[in-house]
Amino acid sequence: MAETITNIVVTGCLYTLIAMGLTMVYGMLRVLHIVHAGVFAVGAAVGLVVFQTLPVGFWPALFAAMLASGALGVAIYHIGYRWVLDAPRGTPLLVSIGLFITLQSLLEKPFLLGAYASAFDAPVGLPRVQLGALAFTPAQIAIVLSTVAASGVVWLVLNRTRLGLSWRALSEDMNMARSLGVATQRAVALNMFLGSAMAGMAGVLVAVYENAVSAHMGEVVAYKAFVVVVLGGLGSVLGAAIAAFVLAAFEIGISTYLGGLFPRDAIGFAVLIVILLFMPTGLLGRRFD
Amino acid sequence: MDAYLISVMTFIGIWIIMAMSLNLLVGYAGQVSIGHAAFFGIGGYTVAVATVKMGLPFPIDLVLAAVVSGILGGFLGLPALRVRHDFLVLATIGINFIVVAVFQYTPALGGAYGIVGIPPIAIAGVELLGLGMLLLVAAIAVALFVLKALLLKTWFGVRLIAIREDEDAAAAIGINVASTKIWAFVLACGGAGIAGALYARQLGSVFPENFGFVESVTVLTMVVLGGAGTLIGPVIGAIILGGLPEYLRFLHEWRYVIYGLLLTVLVIFERDGLMGPESRLRALLTRLLRRAAAEP
Repeated sequence: MAETITNIVVTGCLYTLIAMGLTMVYGMLRVLHIVHAGVFAVGAAVGLVVFQTLPVGFWPALFAAMLASGALGVAIYHIGYRWVLDAPRGTPLLVSIGLFITLQSLLEKPFLLGAYASAFDAPVGLPRVQLGALAFTPAQIAIVLSTVAASGVVWLVLNRTRLGLSWRALSEDMNMARSLGVATQRAVALNMFLGSAMAGMAGVLVAVYENAVSAHMGEVVAYKAFVVVVLGGLGSVLGAAIAAFVLAAFEIGISTYLGGLFPRDAIGFAVLIVILLFMPTGLLGRRFD
Repeated sequence: MDAYLISVMTFIGIWIIMAMSLNLLVGYAGQVSIGHAAFFGIGGYTVAVATVKMGLPFPIDLVLAAVVSGILGGFLGLPALRVRHDFLVLATIGINFIVVAVFQYTPALGGAYGIVGIPPIAIAGVELLGLGMLLLVAAIAVALFVLKALLLKTWFGVRLIAIREDEDAAAAIGINVASTKIWAFVLACGGAGIAGALYARQLGSVFPENFGFVESVTVLTMVVLGGAGTLIGPVIGAIILGGLPEYLRFLHEWRYVIYGLLLTVLVIFERDGLMGPESRLRALLTRLLRRAAAEP
């Protein structure tokens, strides 16, 4: 039981980290940002390379990965989404899928990650923590702390800064916000940067937690983040965080107590389709259509 | 003819059937699906079970594959009644993952090891190998092309296009949007099932990883490259993307990188594909043809 709860907390944190970036991008650009999965894997790869080549330890490597994935996010906006924001719905999604396949196939090349998983055995330099019956390993503590810190930063930026105000204005009505003097390109770029940096952070944390980095690591995780985002109500940051834990509890509960009837990942996808069919606005969302 | 060339052309024929069936959905009905490879797989697995486990002969297995994928495709159409555009795409991706998971985790379907030992098609005791198989695939592709062209001339075809252009307006003039959409999914997925059936017979085996997300994106890229919503477009897209990588080693190794970039660039710069109604290539060809006609 205790182990199940620890598992749910840690998985929920990881889903939150990934889903927050997705929901921020959706809230602003109305783009289903599939290439987030690629950014996540690139983050893990950069973290691994920095950790292996420079004598800096885990946390600076994590920071470097966040910078790199943030920059990648900004590049994705300028290369892809910027040109298709006025196109019919679905067009930006195709751009996103194209970029995702490109990134993933590039990572798979032998001179980058190759076809197999590489180990990422980094000591995070934190103690084991025992909370009553719940035991957290150092890697799990790193995940929980990073998620709390990142969510705190997002909340502060969103609610207490001019940048956050301009994000909220842009997500209400991009053209109106622009004509009232919001520096659109800069605000969108910063939004992409922050969201993607969190994806990179999640990538490194997952890689260390599972001791594996591979080109395909983003495929399932980031798709599940869509489940979280839709369940939470698209564009709602708080909803995404709640939904992350709901999905984690669902998945781990079903696979622990009902046995391996069905692979754990397929549960998430089935949940997504059911939500889309019966509750298209999610738990806390409003309808965008 | 060289056996390798025959094999490549057979696979191109199968991709043409795939791309044509997806085009019915994406190009005409306007319902973008990134789960088409799932139905390719359902067709392939149906044939594998029908031949290896039940010993059914051709063409019963082919018909079975088309029917099973078509019916399951109708169920895929259900989300399309509730969600639109990008959310439908998300749902179809999910369905693709679920179908692959079922292939992977069902012991009766061989799990991760797939099903091997599918016999080649035999007609009247004669096994179709190489050229024979190519001719059969080509005949089926041509038949489906003609059927699709005829179908689009009927009221059903007009209803599809009406839904693509404006679903609400289509409903307002009395089109039964729900049944039209479901039929579009049934027909498109049935077509994918036929392609999958031929693929399983040609390859002799089916594995879960042959029918995943990347394959779905590949088919979509073929359709978008050639021109969604045109009859000839998907055929051209399938020939280019199915044929070139086989002959250019460099392209083969980098094909998914290139498919991804191609999809991105096309969607941004040439949204209608190479042969779309207002594409640069079609304008050029029309101009050349006119010039040729003007010269006596």
